[in-house]
Order: sequence, then structure tokens, then C-alpha cells
Amino acid sequence: MKNWLRAHREALGVAGRRLAGTPVSTLLGALVIGIALALPAGGEMVLANLSRLAQYNAAAPQLSLFMATEAGRKETGEVEARLRRHAEVREVRFVGREETLKRFKTGPAMGEVIDSLPRNPFPDTFVVIPQSNRPEAMERLRAEFARYPKVEHAQLDSAWASRLDAFLRLGHLLATFLAGLLGIALVAVTFSTIRLQVLTQGAEIELSRLLGATDAFIRRPFYYFGALQGLSGGVVAWLIVRAGTYLIDTPASDLAALYAIPFRMAPLPWSESAALLAVATLLGWLGAQLSLGRHLRVR
Amino acid sequence: MIRFEQVSKRYSGGIDALTDLTLSFESGEMAVLVGHSGAGKSTLLKLIPAIERPSHGAIIVNGQNVAALKRAAVPFLRRSIGMVFQDQKLLFDRSAFENVMLPLSIAGVSPRDAGKRVRAALDKVGLLEREKAMPIALSGGEQQRLAIARAVVARPAVLIADEPTAHLDEACARDIAMVFRDFHQVGVTVLVATHHANLFAPFMTRRVTLAHGRLA
Repeated sequence: MKNWLRAHREALGVAGRRLAGTPVSTLLGALVIGIALALPAGGEMVLANLSRLAQYNAAAPQLSLFMATEAGRKETGEVEARLRRHAEVREVRFVGREETLKRFKTGPAMGEVIDSLPRNPFPDTFVVIPQSNRPEAMERLRAEFARYPKVEHAQLDSAWASRLDAFLRLGHLLATFLAGLLGIALVAVTFSTIRLQVLTQGAEIELSRLLGATDAFIRRPFYYFGALQGLSGGVVAWLIVRAGTYLIDTPASDLAALYAIPFRMAPLPWSESAALLAVATLLGWLGAQLSLGRHLRVR
Repeated sequence: MIRFEQVSKRYSGGIDALTDLTLSFESGEMAVLVGHSGAGKSTLLKLIPAIERPSHGAIIVNGQNVAALKRAAVPFLRRSIGMVFQDQKLLFDRSAFENVMLPLSIAGVSPRDAGKRVRAALDKVGLLEREKAMPIALSGGEQQRLAIARAVVARPAVLIADEPTAHLDEACARDIAMVFRDFHQVGVTVLVATHHANLFAPFMTRRVTLAHGRLA
């Protein structure tokens, strides 16, 4: 057991020295793998954040009714009364136009624009949560409410969420597809670096065999080499995604604030970061395995 | 200890290197193999650590038939045999010390013990002061002695050497022959294929002459 551990530690050491011995190609290899992995990993990170955004609103599907701006207090009151009596309505919340104006004035960047307007552009609004959240029932209610007097516009707020949801599912599919392709690319990169390694170490491999090295002894450093290269690529990918998160965070939360959504970009969670590194390492190992099977065949 | 029983070796292309050879070496014996180029000296030596496999016959090393040895068992056979190759096979990107260390790393000797043994082996061939030198910085004779140090560092019971004095001047060659004699004197079985049998003549070693793959 002690010997076995030492053999592995030594193989790891040999692999590390080989990587350190050619710093430029090591760095380039890590960059190639890192960039390739950053694409699906970054895509997943963005999609995960968008999903969070979708959940923020999709949890309680609701209808928004916008009154015409010329609608008076009486007409608005009538609409509110009808809504509250309606059997299929669970909850009604009134958002007055003055309140909306105040909210937008304090929001970033919008204050000056609103101040320059001659009058309050916002209508009175009802936010309606129906009893049923089945799409067809909601659509029927929306059509009904749209016919109420002085109701300018009625909209299903969950429509964008379900569209976003469909888009996200497509996105996940693409990211998975991309991950698969680029995973193959990683294996291919390792495959060819290990091939070069085997060629340059040819004399040493031959000599080691003559001196009584087992196949395992000869292969071990190459496995570690592949795994370390994969791992370094994974680290580069993680750094790229982390930097991306940092850069997108401010503009994304500014944008979300315009929709009154408190939003911060979440970086890759630790579990997924660990998975990224593990997969990168594993793929490197796999590339080494395939390459050795091909290039280290014994007569 | 090493016994060849009706051994034939035919290389692909129909070249017969050895034909029906029966021969044995005692444990602790020193023998020189002589004969013209292509007489089969190298082939005979290569059969012992299973670098080549015979076409017919058995080669018994330490009671084991090497000719029938499984591939997975070959590394362990080779660790018990020290080899000095015709082309030395030194690693030029490693120091003298690291070159001699290689067989011990392969055998899984702990680094602390290995260091001592490497220095002992270098000392025996008179290269202790050059342990940090790269092989390229060593003279031809020193390179050959380095190759011998690597062959004996794992304390094999058998030492085989293929033309260890080729390309060396008279003095260096005599020096190398003495090194082999020293190992023989401490009980190692030594087999040397050489064109310079006279170098070993003073040690009264057994001489095996091959001609066209047969004993002559």
C-alpha cells in the first residue's frame, strides 16, 4: 500500500515536472481546453441565472389590467368592484398611477426622463391573480377583462415567463450539445499531446521496459499528465466564467432593476465548480487512456 | 544457473541467428562470448532477459523457463538481471545520478535507500564525483562506466554486457574489463560479449566461441 502510494506520487511528480518543463505549451494547452470548457460552463451559468429570473415571476401567474389614462376615479372603482366580485379571481391589487410614477422616479436613469414629461404617463393598474393558473383559463379571463369599460389593455404576465422557459429549455439543450462536442475536443487535445509525449519520451520508455518497468509504471505518468492538463484547463475555464460573471453582474442588475426585479448574477455554485474541474480532469485522463492504447502498444 | 537447451532463433526474414544451441553458465561464473559479427553473441544475451524470444528450445534462468514466460512476468525477470547495452542507452536529459536511479525507481525502492545505493554504485565505477554531471559531459569511458553503474545498482545476480569496450581506447577498455572482474569477484554471474577477448584473458575467464549461431 505504501509502495503503491509512493509509485503514484512519483508518477504525479514526473507528470508535473514534464508539464513544468514545457511551460509555454502547457499554458497553451490549458488555454485551449479552458476556452473550450468555458463556453458550455458559461452558458450553463447564464441559463441558471435566467431560470432564477423566470422563477421570480412565474411562481404566481398574474394578469395586469391597465386602465385608460383618462379613466376617472369612479370608472376605476367600478372595474375594481367587478374584479373583486368575480368568482374566478383570487386576489386583486390596485397600483395607482401616482404610486407608479414615484417608483419610476426613484429608479436609476429614468428619473430625468420622467421629469421632462408634461404629465404622468402611467395608467392605474390592477394586478389580478386568478384562481386557476391554467393557460387557457387565464387567456379567457384576459379576454373578458379586456372588454371591461375603460380598460385599455389586459396582459398575461406569465406569457413572457413561459416563453423564457421554452427558450431556456432550448438553451440547456444547446449548452449540453456544446458541452458534449467540446468535451470530445478536450479528449482530442489530450490525445494528441499524449501522442507527442510518447514520441518524445520514446527512448526513456524503451529503456524503462528493458530495465524491468511494468506497463503500469510506464503509463502512470501519462495518465497523470492528461489528468493534470485537463484539470488546468478546467481551472482556466472556471476563471473565465468567474470573470464573465463579474463583468456581466453590474449591467445585468441595472437592467433587471428597470423591471423592478432585484437581481444579482450568481457565480457557478461550488458543487458545479467542482463538477467542472472533475469532468475536465476525467476527460484528460480519458484522452490519455485512448492515446496510450493507440500509441503505447507493445509488440 | 543459466541454461540454453537446444535453442534456435530465426529472425523474420529467415535469418538464423542461433541454431540448436545447448550451453550453460554456472552461478557466479564469468564468461566472455566471442565470435565474428553476426555470430549470434548479441542474440544469445538478449534471450536471457527475454528481450528476444527463441524460435525453439528453452532458456532456464534461476529455474524459470524464460522462453515460456508470460508477458506480465518479464519485467520482474529483467529486474534480476543487470544489462549493459551495446549502445549504452543513457538518458541525456538526466544527470548521472538520475540515470543510475532509474532502475531503482522502477523497482519501487524508497528514495532514501535508493540515494545511498546510487552513490554506492557510482562509487564502485569511480564516478561518485561526477554524480551531477550530464552524460554528454562525460568521456566515452565514463559513459560506459555510468552504464555499468546503472546495470548493477539494483544488485542483480547476473550481469550481461554487449560489447562494453567497443569505441574505447586500450586503457579505458582495460579499466572496464577490471570493473567486470570486480563484480565477478563478489559473486555476480558475468557474461560479456566482446571482440576484445584478450582484455579478459588475464582473469582466466571461460571463453565461449560462437560461429554462425553454433558453438565453435
